[in-house]
Amino acid sequence: MAVVAFREALNQAMSEEMERDPNVFLMGEEVAQYQGAYKVSQGMLQKFGEKRVIDTPITEAGFAGLGIGAAMIGLRPIVEMMTWNFAILAFDQLFNNAAKVRYMSGGQFKVPIVVRGPSGAAHALGSQHSQSLESVLAHVPGLIVVAPSTPADGKGLLKSAIRDDNPVMFMESEMMYGQKGEVPDGEYIIPLGVGDVKREGKDVTIIAWSKMLHVALAAAEQLAKEGVEAEIIDPRTIRPLDETMILNSVKKTNRCVIVEEAWPFASVGKEISSRIYSKAFDFLDAPIEHVNGADVPMPYAHNLEKLMLPSIPRVVDAVKKVLYR
Amino acid sequence: MATRIDMPKLSDTMDEGIILKWLKKEGEAVKQGEIIAEVQTDKADMELEAYDSGILRKIFVPEGKGAAVGKPIAIIGGASEDISAMLAGTGSAQPAQHHAENSVGTEEKLSAPAEAPSSQRVHLPTAEQVSGENGGSRMKISPLAKKIAQEKNINLSSLNGSGPMGRIIKRDVEEALSHGATAFAARLKTPLVQAANASTQQISVSMMRKTIAKRLVESKTTAPHFYVTSDINMKRAIEFRSALNSTEEVKISYNDIVVKAVAFALRKNPRVNASWMGETIIQHGQIHIGIAVALDEGLITPVIRDVDAKGLAQISAEAKDLASRARERKLKPEEYTGGTFTISNLGMFDVENFAAIINPPEAGILAVGSITEKPVVENGAIGIGHRMKITLSCDHRVIDGAVGAQFMSDLKNILENPATLAL
Repeated sequence: MAVVAFREALNQAMSEEMERDPNVFLMGEEVAQYQGAYKVSQGMLQKFGEKRVIDTPITEAGFAGLGIGAAMIGLRPIVEMMTWNFAILAFDQLFNNAAKVRYMSGGQFKVPIVVRGPSGAAHALGSQHSQSLESVLAHVPGLIVVAPSTPADGKGLLKSAIRDDNPVMFMESEMMYGQKGEVPDGEYIIPLGVGDVKREGKDVTIIAWSKMLHVALAAAEQLAKEGVEAEIIDPRTIRPLDETMILNSVKKTNRCVIVEEAWPFASVGKEISSRIYSKAFDFLDAPIEHVNGADVPMPYAHNLEKLMLPSIPRVVDAVKKVLYR
Repeated sequence: MATRIDMPKLSDTMDEGIILKWLKKEGEAVKQGEIIAEVQTDKADMELEAYDSGILRKIFVPEGKGAAVGKPIAIIGGASEDISAMLAGTGSAQPAQHHAENSVGTEEKLSAPAEAPSSQRVHLPTAEQVSGENGGSRMKISPLAKKIAQEKNINLSSLNGSGPMGRIIKRDVEEALSHGATAFAARLKTPLVQAANASTQQISVSMMRKTIAKRLVESKTTAPHFYVTSDINMKRAIEFRSALNSTEEVKISYNDIVVKAVAFALRKNPRVNASWMGETIIQHGQIHIGIAVALDEGLITPVIRDVDAKGLAQISAEAKDLASRARERKLKPEEYTGGTFTISNLGMFDVENFAAIINPPEAGILAVGSITEKPVVENGAIGIGHRMKITLSCDHRVIDGAVGAQFMSDLKNILENPATLAL
């Protein structure tokens, strides 16, 4: 099994799918000549040529609409957003066209588009460029939302996303592009909507995805030293959610902590806890704890930024709270 | 329908409240939401609001007097309504009738918890600020704990919640299932060799441990302690006990005799049977003695009520029952609260003497050592005697040196002449 960086795993997924299917193409800001703002599309222009790796103007709404139109007539576009913060400009296209065309046309059109890019905070990018908007996207019926946490998951899920006939919002992380991990050789596909137990444990279930999965794993290591075995569930796909895996884990451990970078109000974590409360009520021994980003715009100052984001001690504290320790 | 108003529990640590003032007289009309009295708790003076409209038919607790939490303080009802049954029902020393209600029919209680506990019948807007909880005594239990308890057919009212605000959690049900007492005994039998080889451990702190830590630090840092020690000649007490045990079917322990003797001495020295309340001192009319019982994870002090009104046989039977249920963690809250004095006996561990920390809001605690055989001077000659050292810890805010010494002198007298217990 090869060890590759996250950006390279994504590159492999796109390249393999473009080799497999001539209808797949990539477009976005700086994806071609500059080789990608975060070098995810490194070498793809040279390999596939400028008809299939296309630089766009700085017009998110425009090229998102272009992609949706292309998908409606049978192509399978991958649209790279330089960040999901910029994609806010394209939310009208994504919500009102990508998500609804298949429904409103009675299935005459489908929209097999992947919109991908980094989400969440990086280092001191300020309020407007540090947002985790997965709950906003997942709110809209018709959109699939994916947030992988490892290079292998990134590759396997992106390939599934490209092959899916529905619009897939694929949320990566700037902080994770350089992160390395083992990726299985050959064709590697992970179905959408299937979660992963990233660590087995019996005392508490911690649910986390994307960057926060790594905070949860580090917290679990620390808790293990204190005799607490945390089970870590990575849903990987936010919508549709692998509810069965989550409920089974909570039924086993009787306690749950949900860690997410996003703001607390109406977050994905709240959706998850609502489902646990309704469907595993009798299995809970403590109220579910949430560890979220602070309910404020992201401060620019780096020290404050760190305070705003979920941290290992905050996760450890939350776990102790549900364990009544 | 007439409503009995009971002294509400306004804070976690409140065992008793004092009626500072009645704003309504017996016979006066009372509207729902109207303030009828001012109550002093261990933390604050608070206003008592009527939950129902009607006539204030009866006041049980006059101004300036205290009442234990859950005890009736008044009745509100219709002008001509017959309240004789309610009046008759209040003579009992057992407070908090809702606890009794809780213990019947687990299933029924779970499905219909709507029956408001009596302490919720008064609405106190500031209770939340004072105690941080919503006042009432509705049982708090996690869904999982409730499910397990139902499956295993455990009476929920027999459980003590160790979660936040007394929430019963899985751990509590499991402990009840494994019968605390046997687990305790088993752990006592663990060979010492293991301790010698054991590695350093970080032990997480239980709710009970946290409570002990908080309460005792509070006691030792706010109540100025002083100590009075007496050496008791146990010759006659030993004879007294063996005489009793040869005729009686119950086996009276030395501790039972000490409990009874302490009640006598408290009756003679009411200033020791008291509590510091900040602005006032409560001198308790009744003598409720707590007995410290060691548990694996801490200790608890079940309370024998009205000790001075009970004979040794009854004290002995109650002490045994309370101690064994304490070890099984099956005590109801009213069985370990509301004490006015505490006795801690480490005699069985062969200790000569020790000083205990006062269990607030009580003002005194008696530490009892072992009975030891030693040479003693009696009538100018050295002989072999049986002696027992007892040490009284006093809260100096309530008890002065001479008062504490007088109590100890009386107690010594009784223990050295136990026949006086029969008077």
